[in-house]
Amino acid sequence: MNRPLRRLSAVVAFLFFALFASTTWVQFLRAGELNAMPGNSRQLYAEYGRERGPILVGAGQAVAASVRVEEPGDSPYEFLRQYPAGPTYAHATGYYSVLYGAAGIERAMNDVLSGTADELFYRRLADLLTGADPVGASVTLTLDPEVQQAAWDALDGRKGAVVALEPSTGNVLAMVSSPTYDPDLLATHDLQAAREAWETLLADEDDPLVNRAVDALYPPGSTFKLITAAAALESGEYTTETPVAGPQELDLPQTDNTLSNDEGTACGPNDRVSLLDALRTSCNTAFGQLGLDLGAEALDAQARAFGFEQPLTTPLPVEESRFPEDATGPLLAYAGIGQGNVQVTPLQVAMVSAAIANGGVVMEPNLVANVREAKTLDVIAEPAPQEVGRAVSEDTADALQEMTRAVVESGTGTRAQIDGAVVGGKTGTAQRGEGQVPYAWFTAWARDEEGENREVAVAVVIEDGGSVDSAYGGRLSAPVAKQVMQAALDG
Amino acid sequence: MATVLPVYPTTRRNVELVLVVAAVLIACGAWAVVGLTEHGSLPGGLFAYGGGLGALAVVLHLVLRWRAPHADPVLLPVATLLNGLGLVMIHRLDLSEGTSAASRQFVWSALGIAAAGALVVVLRDHRVLRRYTFTAMVAGLVLLLLPLVPVLGKEINGARIWVGIGPLSFQPGEIAKIVLAVFFAGYLVVHRDALSLTGPKVLFLRLPRARDLGPILLAWAASVGVLVLQRDLGTSLLFFGLFVAVLYVATERVSWIVIGLGLFAAGAVFAATTMSHVRSRVDIWLHPFDADNADSAYQLLQGLYGMASGGLLGTGLDRGRPDIVPFANSDFVYASFGEELGLAGLFALLLLYAVLVERGMRTAIGVRDGFGKLLAAGLAFSVALQVFVVVGGVTRVIPLTGLTTPFLAAGGSSLVSNWIVVALLLRISDLARRPAAEVRNGPEPGDTGVTQAVRIP
Repeated sequence: MNRPLRRLSAVVAFLFFALFASTTWVQFLRAGELNAMPGNSRQLYAEYGRERGPILVGAGQAVAASVRVEEPGDSPYEFLRQYPAGPTYAHATGYYSVLYGAAGIERAMNDVLSGTADELFYRRLADLLTGADPVGASVTLTLDPEVQQAAWDALDGRKGAVVALEPSTGNVLAMVSSPTYDPDLLATHDLQAAREAWETLLADEDDPLVNRAVDALYPPGSTFKLITAAAALESGEYTTETPVAGPQELDLPQTDNTLSNDEGTACGPNDRVSLLDALRTSCNTAFGQLGLDLGAEALDAQARAFGFEQPLTTPLPVEESRFPEDATGPLLAYAGIGQGNVQVTPLQVAMVSAAIANGGVVMEPNLVANVREAKTLDVIAEPAPQEVGRAVSEDTADALQEMTRAVVESGTGTRAQIDGAVVGGKTGTAQRGEGQVPYAWFTAWARDEEGENREVAVAVVIEDGGSVDSAYGGRLSAPVAKQVMQAALDG
Repeated sequence: MATVLPVYPTTRRNVELVLVVAAVLIACGAWAVVGLTEHGSLPGGLFAYGGGLGALAVVLHLVLRWRAPHADPVLLPVATLLNGLGLVMIHRLDLSEGTSAASRQFVWSALGIAAAGALVVVLRDHRVLRRYTFTAMVAGLVLLLLPLVPVLGKEINGARIWVGIGPLSFQPGEIAKIVLAVFFAGYLVVHRDALSLTGPKVLFLRLPRARDLGPILLAWAASVGVLVLQRDLGTSLLFFGLFVAVLYVATERVSWIVIGLGLFAAGAVFAATTMSHVRSRVDIWLHPFDADNADSAYQLLQGLYGMASGGLLGTGLDRGRPDIVPFANSDFVYASFGEELGLAGLFALLLLYAVLVERGMRTAIGVRDGFGKLLAAGLAFSVALQVFVVVGGVTRVIPLTGLTTPFLAAGGSSLVSNWIVVALLLRISDLARRPAAEVRNGPEPGDTGVTQAVRIP
């Protein structure tokens, strides 16, 4: 019987050969394909199996952190992302959700937070060799907890956005968008709850998921007069004292329409007003005329110099602010006062004030203070302040400082005055359609007169400012800006 | 006066001891790795489990020194290593899933090794089993049918192959496998001449006489019965494959294989077309990535994804996510090993099985009695076929069925019966490797020649 036994052994060998082949096929030959299958959730599990680096603000306060899930078996994911500061920082941190991916810094800085960035290659190699669990790097934001909290408190749940910048560096000190959401609700491993939270947020007409500070475009209203004034000063044909036309009504070319001032009166005696006073009183007819005189090209160039129509990453991608470069006639006059088709992000408006405070140089806005390796706390990356470019000459910047200070001292923005600080600002009331509440704007810069000469620039926009006529930027938004600036100067 | 010094035979028991210690150390090392990864310190159960397994294996080794000194020295270490690695993986999955299957598996390991030791002690000669050929047949059929008894039988995961008495569950099919192997060997060693020498010759095949077809038809009917009544594809395939293999070895006639394969193909086609349970298994096997099969193929796909994520070297013990796969510690333990130990680890496991089977086949070739040959070949082949059915199911060589991976998978019935298989192979191999003089006369102390020692008084 030994011959059939040997043959049977050959059959057994064949069976094992088939298993060696099939195992190689699964583990090696088709492994890449299987790993990339759309239904394969293991990549996700692997991502959630690594300890993601925290997002920090100030002196190491975590606004997003990963905690190990206590009970094994409760969740297929090892680490839960938590947001201790919740809604206050929601639009900066974003969320990190099993179902809906990531947003905000969680998305923009995902490769360092997850530990997969190229900079972390040697750490990963070391972890592989020592068998240590890989941990993502921590990201410290430029946000100042005091300023952020002040912005959050001052906005007080009203629909809108607040951005505060450090003019000399472009560091974002505060970024609040309202309404907001609780990122913990999306980051939960209870997928049913996450789904419900997501549906609720999507169904909300106020778009709480949108970061209004960088993703929403608004008509800038009178805050754009800063750019029109800058273009005028830069043209060399105007100084702060140059008298400009400021009639009660401005006849618009090509139509029967007129542009009028909010008070319904002329801006000065004999319909003439100095450029400084025109800005101080936010004279519509004067800036409408200036727009017509300077032309779309000059305004567009000036707007670009301040950062319009340029891709900005803070590293959150910023919606590009737009100026209608082909505007003529009435649209050009409207553009001169920030109506028509001018569209801006609150961050862009803050950049204008920051440039004025910074002697005319626009700094790239930046949210990331540094990236630290999780175990050694070595700084891996520390973004240096970057110039976008020079928007206006130093003289023009000085002139704009003088003009904006006049706005706060005795113009439309007196509510932003701060004791012991130099403040310059500009109000704005941006119309949108008939019968709708206008957007209340205020943008300003402030400098500590004593102390360490700290500087700050802010932009505030409030969408639902109450009744139609009470929405003056000076009344609603200036106090918010003041509180934010005060927090920044105190800090 | 001529003096011939006694020549001591190489029983290889010392080699066995060294290999057993090595096997236990490997398992302990794996257990330690799991603890270090999970808690950063040596796990508490290391000495209890590792020492326990080591003690059990060494006791069995001592039993072999006492009662089967010539037994194959590789079988025990291989079984010990597989059992130990299985314990490690089950323990590792316990940590992820919050279960406590490892302690139960350890108790079953102890019972299995004790049963193996008892068998080696009690069964001095495997040929005794020939006397129980028909008892074995009855016992085998009863065991097979036991799950169908209303109160006793339990249906788990769509297959009615369990017997439950109180809190204890048992798969009688696992024991039936051994009992039927005894029956097949005992029956065929008697009837092999009739089955092999007579019958008409058609072309190059000598066909059996019609009346000799009885047994194979009976075996086929029984396996189809298992398939239909218990809906267990794996058990049915295992029994029929075992029978055909032993039949072929007994008769040396290829025609039996042709007939067997033909019958199997007919049964398989019948089952695949008429039984929804089997049809869906085949559909999952052929189209696991179809959206329609998303739910039913979930386990298979998760297993494949897990193995793919392991790649060549695996994630390392306790560093993967094998717990995602349903039944990761039993039906899909192979995929769990693939994920964490990689292709390299699986090749090592397959080689261990191949060595186990090869030693069994070698025992069959080496032993001198026909019954021993058929029994050893049947047992060894059943292990090979079981590994093939399980691993082939997980890696999509064949449709997935409900068999357990020998020694590795969590489950008491499987573990105990596989230890009994090893004990039988050890017993037969003792006879196969024993010097001829001893075989004839029984073991005598002092008569210890390598082949045939001549004693000079």
